[in-house]
Amino acid sequence: MSGPLAFVLRRVLVTLPVLLAMSVLVFLIIHLVPGDPVRTMLGFRATDATVAEMRHQLGLDRPLLDQYVSWLSGVLRGDLGTDLVSHASLSELLAQRLPVTFELAGLSMLLAVLVGVPLGVRAATGGRWTRRLTEGFVVLGVSVPDFWLGIMLVILFAGLLAWLPPSGHVAFSDDPVGNLRYMALPVLTLATGEAAYILRTTRSAVESVLGRPFVTFLRAKGLSPRRIVQGHALRNAGPAIVTVIGIQVGVLLGGAIVIEQLFGLPGVGKLIVTGITQRNYPVVQAGVLAIATAFILVSLLTDLIVGWLDPRVADAAS
Amino acid sequence: MTALLSVSDVAIRFAGPARPAVDGVSLDLRAGEMFGLVGESGSGKSTLANAVLGLLPASATVTGSIRLEGRELLGLPEEELRAIRGDAAAMIFQDASASLDPTWPVGDQIAETIRAHRPVSRREAERRALELMAEVGIPDPARRFRDAPHRFSGGMRQRIVIAAALANDPRLLIADEPTTALDVTIQAQVLQLIDRLRREHGTTVLLITHDLGVVAQACDRVGVMRGGRLLEVVATADLFAKPSHPYTRALLAANPATAPRGSRLPVIPPEWSVEALDG
Repeated sequence: MSGPLAFVLRRVLVTLPVLLAMSVLVFLIIHLVPGDPVRTMLGFRATDATVAEMRHQLGLDRPLLDQYVSWLSGVLRGDLGTDLVSHASLSELLAQRLPVTFELAGLSMLLAVLVGVPLGVRAATGGRWTRRLTEGFVVLGVSVPDFWLGIMLVILFAGLLAWLPPSGHVAFSDDPVGNLRYMALPVLTLATGEAAYILRTTRSAVESVLGRPFVTFLRAKGLSPRRIVQGHALRNAGPAIVTVIGIQVGVLLGGAIVIEQLFGLPGVGKLIVTGITQRNYPVVQAGVLAIATAFILVSLLTDLIVGWLDPRVADAAS
Repeated sequence: MTALLSVSDVAIRFAGPARPAVDGVSLDLRAGEMFGLVGESGSGKSTLANAVLGLLPASATVTGSIRLEGRELLGLPEEELRAIRGDAAAMIFQDASASLDPTWPVGDQIAETIRAHRPVSRREAERRALELMAEVGIPDPARRFRDAPHRFSGGMRQRIVIAAALANDPRLLIADEPTTALDVTIQAQVLQLIDRLRREHGTTVLLITHDLGVVAQACDRVGVMRGGRLLEVVATADLFAKPSHPYTRALLAANPATAPRGSRLPVIPPEWSVEALDG
């Protein structure tokens, strides 16, 4: 079978075992804790009876495969288990937390792409001063740690200028403007570094495409430099740029933990951190499962977009 | 006969080396002829060809005069040169696989040349591109229109490049080693195609090659270049029958296709080395 549909199907099928393997790893988190996880959870003063009861409550007294199968079938039905501390449903908890993390990662990446790609193209085609300025931005953006940048932005915009709230969150559905006001600083913090990454990738990818022989033929056909860059160079540079964006979305999903902490955003990152400090393993498991699944799905989407941009990739895969 | 392309006293220098890449070349192309420019690599033939359409890098300085249908091309602003490229004068290059954008459907790459110069609708350009694909001998063009270049063989890709170059029916086609990257049988087919299109459309062709067999097959007249200079211009028949310039004679003698079988090929005499030309 060949053609675009076959490529999509193949990619989706390849993703399924990856998801399965990931679920095994996430399931094992609870068993990979050094020593006895239940004793670690309950503390050293817990009696044997309490430990045995907890073990039974978590199903840890059953055979491993048994536990995995019932956990996975629960996950597939949307039942992620219960929070050991609050006894709340983890599925409901994630349903509240995931949108915050997705909004933070999505808006940050959107801003980073809107800034990074056009500036990267400028850097690849512009004069000496454009190069120097963009190079300066890249060096700063990549090397400044985001927690430090976040603190500086809070001091400037929330402290000195008092334009934006320093931390907190309201749901978008409750108050769209308020939601965006709370999101502005964390998004700006994360987008700065990401924009620098994307700028650098775009610049080097577009530069290398512009050096290729087909660009000479495009010039010989009488095309304008603008048309050559926008119609051809950017499309050929696309796979490299999209791949980096895909990886960085994954980094944002999992790595925004510090920024969620800093800005008091009730996202999945904060949930996982709290879960770890409370030794609330089911919460950690559910949070990691959600983030890892999102990351794998973003990778799948990245592959599909790359295949669409470069027909050779889709053909080589089938 | 009037000259379609008139090159007079052209010298081309690059920023680094002291010796010019092209040195005082004058040459007239008659309308409708196929003119072969032969020479070894480094003789300046490709540099001269690129200079005609202003495709040399910014580090090159071109002096002299290059006229297309009487119009001076040297010193034209980039925008006016762009209007000429792909319209009145087109150029194709050695490696067709590398000349096409790997991410674009081939049909669109042909239609693009038309749209760059003619105010036609997308559909009209696509219709014309389909005709061109048929004209250059792509089988089943309607089905292949949306295919990416990697789905074609090298010879078919060169045909598509030719279609894209000739889309606006240029007066002049510069073909820089158009068949070098191809198999011998495919080479002959592509040459025949260029020759047929030239006859049907009255296009003047400047064919750059280091292959004397290609010249013998296709060209009306030949210019021999060496070390940036044009040594002689002769009718193709005369080139092989009575080469006048000693370098041309040495070059012909060194051709394995015409040398007696089993004999040792002669070396180009040292007085025609680049160093000797400098002195």
